Amino acid sequence: MSTEYLAAEQARTPDSGVLLDVRDLHVEFRTRDGVAKAVNGVNYSVAEGETLAVLGESGSGKSVTAQAIMGILDSPPGFVTKGEIVFQGRDLLKLGAEERRKVRGAKMAMIFQDALSSLNPVLTVGEQLGEMFTTHQGMSKKDSRAKAVELMDRVRIPAAAERVKQYPHQFSGGMRQRVMIAMAMALEPDLIIADEPTTALDVTVQAQVMDLLAELQRELNMGLILITHDLGVVADVADKIAVMYAGRIVETAPVHEIYKAPAHPYTKGLLQSIPRLDQKGQELYAIKGLPPNLLRIPPGCAFNPRCPQARDRCRTEVPPLYEVGPVRASACHYWKETLGE
Amino acid sequence: MPEPQNPFDDGRQAVAPGGGAGGGFDLAAEEAGTLDKVPGQGGGGDLSEKPRSLWSDAWRDLRRNPIFIISALIILFLIFISLWPGVLASQDPLQADLSKAQQGSGPGHPFGYDQQGRDVYTRVIYGARASVTVGVCATLGVVILGSALGGLAGYFGGWWDAILSRISDVFFGIPVILGGLVFLSVITNSTVWPVVGFMILLGWPQIARIARGSVITAKQNDYVQAARALGAGNKRILLRHIAPNALAPVIVVGTIALGTYISLEATLSYLGVGLRPPTVSWGIDISDASSQIRNAPHMLLWPAGALSLTVLAFIMLGDAVRDALDPKLR
Amino acid sequence: MGRYVIRRLLQMIPVFIGSTFLIFFMVYALGDPVAALFGDRAPDPATAARIRADLHLNDPLWKQYLLYMGNIFRGDFGTAFNGQPVTELLRSAYPITIRLTIVAILFEIVIGITLGVVTGMKRGRPIDTGALLLTLIVVSIPTFVIGYVLQYLFGVKLKWVSPSVSPSAPFNELILPGLVLALVSLAYVTRLTRTSVAENTRADYVRTAVAKGLPRRRVVVRHLLRNSLIPVVTFIGTDIGALMGGAIVTERIYNIHGVGFQLYQGILRNNAPTVVGFVTILVLVFLLANLLVDLLYAVLDPRIRYA
Ligand SMILES: Nc1ncnc2c1ncn2[C@@H]1O[C@H](COP(=O)(O)OP(=O)(O)OP(=O)(O)O)[C@@H](O)[C@H]1O
Ligand code: SF4
Ligand SMILES: [Mg+2]
Repeated sequence: MSTEYLAAEQARTPDSGVLLDVRDLHVEFRTRDGVAKAVNGVNYSVAEGETLAVLGESGSGKSVTAQAIMGILDSPPGFVTKGEIVFQGRDLLKLGAEERRKVRGAKMAMIFQDALSSLNPVLTVGEQLGEMFTTHQGMSKKDSRAKAVELMDRVRIPAAAERVKQYPHQFSGGMRQRVMIAMAMALEPDLIIADEPTTALDVTVQAQVMDLLAELQRELNMGLILITHDLGVVADVADKIAVMYAGRIVETAPVHEIYKAPAHPYTKGLLQSIPRLDQKGQELYAIKGLPPNLLRIPPGCAFNPRCPQARDRCRTEVPPLYEVGPVRASACHYWKETLGE
Repeated sequence: MPEPQNPFDDGRQAVAPGGGAGGGFDLAAEEAGTLDKVPGQGGGGDLSEKPRSLWSDAWRDLRRNPIFIISALIILFLIFISLWPGVLASQDPLQADLSKAQQGSGPGHPFGYDQQGRDVYTRVIYGARASVTVGVCATLGVVILGSALGGLAGYFGGWWDAILSRISDVFFGIPVILGGLVFLSVITNSTVWPVVGFMILLGWPQIARIARGSVITAKQNDYVQAARALGAGNKRILLRHIAPNALAPVIVVGTIALGTYISLEATLSYLGVGLRPPTVSWGIDISDASSQIRNAPHMLLWPAGALSLTVLAFIMLGDAVRDALDPKLR
Repeated sequence: MGRYVIRRLLQMIPVFIGSTFLIFFMVYALGDPVAALFGDRAPDPATAARIRADLHLNDPLWKQYLLYMGNIFRGDFGTAFNGQPVTELLRSAYPITIRLTIVAILFEIVIGITLGVVTGMKRGRPIDTGALLLTLIVVSIPTFVIGYVLQYLFGVKLKWVSPSVSPSAPFNELILPGLVLALVSLAYVTRLTRTSVAENTRADYVRTAVAKGLPRRRVVVRHLLRNSLIPVVTFIGTDIGALMGGAIVTERIYNIHGVGFQLYQGILRNNAPTVVGFVTILVLVFLLANLLVDLLYAVLDPRIRYA
């Protein structure tokens, strides 16, 4: 199933432009109430300078996949049980803890949703930025302070030289998220994972922060995994989209194609649920039903209890990722039908 | 300073700034360390539903917790022997045979004899009553007085609150043992009541602070706001909506405090101001025995063991209840 | 900051007056200082009346309190039962108890914090369960029992230390008493540290620190501990007063002539000046320690501002 697809995709992209290749990743959480299978065979890849947007309902495993890639899963209870995370040609899951640590921050970095809680409340912003340089590059404290100011200038925080001595709570939400971005960018990594970087912000600053991120990405030619619920942003900045459902990828496609014609009923529902100007006044569509309980994922296609197109086969046979186009795949037995409509 | 030192609320209240004397810091961020057991949302729907599920969830948890079961059994056993000591001990705890003073165990006298030749086993059984009475009565008094004063202060705020805070600061400013010495040394009544009264006098501010804190938290909850919006009166809101939630931390701390009061009784008896003969109490026997440790360790071992086990049982019970009520800790 | 300190100092005044008055009330109103002077002998009524007048015992209590406080602020703490001025007792007793408290605080810091950090990071492992059980047992046994048992064990049986402390009470003789004095707080510090560390381990900013690729040591020391220890440090600060006031039992067991010992003597002999004098100083120490802790809190946690 998915391995076929992978082989196909690799055949198509023989050049080494692939930065990150996640293959058949499985993650589970062993909790008191049972084993929650949060990620059940995720496949996606990101090339240098490319932006992959990851979509999906709350609880579909977007953040857990990202944490597994970064190597910051909360473990226990979380465990990677299967799969590969090939980054710059090396399978990260086979590296030792120390090697893995050296990749984090230097080669790949992460931006979290809530900058206030993600920054250390009792250290100044300057210390938190500076320690990237002192720990990874052995830079002196003084030089790292200068670097911190430079970084803050770069993410356009006004009066950086003074603000470097302030604490996170003295910053506004937008400025705090800029600090997070500066921290992620500090060592000019090759891959950035941004987990809902603008969700916690005021609508007015969301666009500014997103623009900044996109601009820096272009400048440094970084790969970007953008986890988001904002389909508007996706259309603007993403090259590719991966849609997740119950810990699996249900559809991957270049961004313009998916908007034109989704090849999976879940993607379709997702796109129909965003308000559009041309449909003003019409009732908003909502996918009916609830996301599955990860302790008891339904057999067959995990989406079948909620799918308007489901039939008997869907309840028994897990759909593989069918190849839909050159860089396009859908995990629906009836993708043709969905696409054709 | 020594609020009857209670190592087992893990400082989640004690730590909040201003928890000491005075108060007056603002946490710029909302991370104040309060024990927020109150379910987050609520809103419309059946307004009384939330607290009930908190308790029933906790109960389901507790029934499966061996620590809870063991400590509950120990406590039930204690209550039993304090009510009917004669069932397990047929002798008279006061009957002394000086010829047997400090003798070790023998047939019919498994724990041996004390300094005056009284049977240690019988005294351990009969001693439970005084300790349990002191613990239970002091706790009841402290909980009733503390939660009434603290709860009202938290609910109405303003002057009430300011005055109460200052008064409890005054009581916190007096070390417990010192207060006990001063207060009890002038009292000649040899029953348990002066000791109980003293513990209530110095113990209530501890509960008042906790009750105040949790009432303030509960007051801000959506379903309380909703009830108020629907026109419910103060009395109804307090009794129906706030009390069930605010009670949880009070019960937890109260249970643990019960253990520490039992221990405190022993310490006061050791200092000569606690219970006095002819009352039979572990505290009295322990303090008599502690200076005899070189000659007759068994005299110390049994009553001290019984008392420690009792204190341990109450602390573990409170701990287990707290864990069950606080989902954050899982 | 200056204004905050002044406000806090002003707030301390009613608490100071309240606490000292309460003790004053208990000592003077509940006991009979004159009878105490004569011990078991019945005083001759005329002498008793003269003494009452001298000591202002016929005045209303608030007036007696004011007179007493007035004297205290002039440095006159009255006379102890043995005829010594109370100030002399204070001068000899406080340094001893301060030394004892320092030893106890060191135990809290070294053992309590270490155990707390280890158990907090290894939650649920055997070492955690074991240490927790130990803290429970320690608080369940009355301090004086542990005191006697350890004295017997280390002082009499093993002869590692002398069972009682010499009058000069040097630091090395105070190690065992300091440990006994610290025990309950030690258990508290362990549990407080454990909870705090365990809570912060899951904090977002710790996850960030890991995601930054910082070495584990740095994540733990600079990010996790720097935050987790704030409540612990403040607890230990407030505990200074508690330890000094709670030393009565320890000092009695080991025959240490410190604050607790003098207070105990004063109470037994119903010597009001000794009791009220020592308590007044204790309350002051307690209030100042609390103020310092609040200021320290603001230094450690920049989110706190002086209001
Ligand atoms: N530390 C954890 N312990 C137990 N279960 C966890 C943990 N972290 C995540 N999970 C489980 O993994 C599932 C996927 O979570 P994840 O955070 O990846 O969702 P998400 O797609 O990022 O959703 P959202 O859009 O809300 O961020 C969740 O349903 C959750 O139950
Ligand atoms: S496989 Fe069946 S249930 Fe699943 S999405 Fe396709 S049609 Fe719907
Ligand atoms: Mg997420």
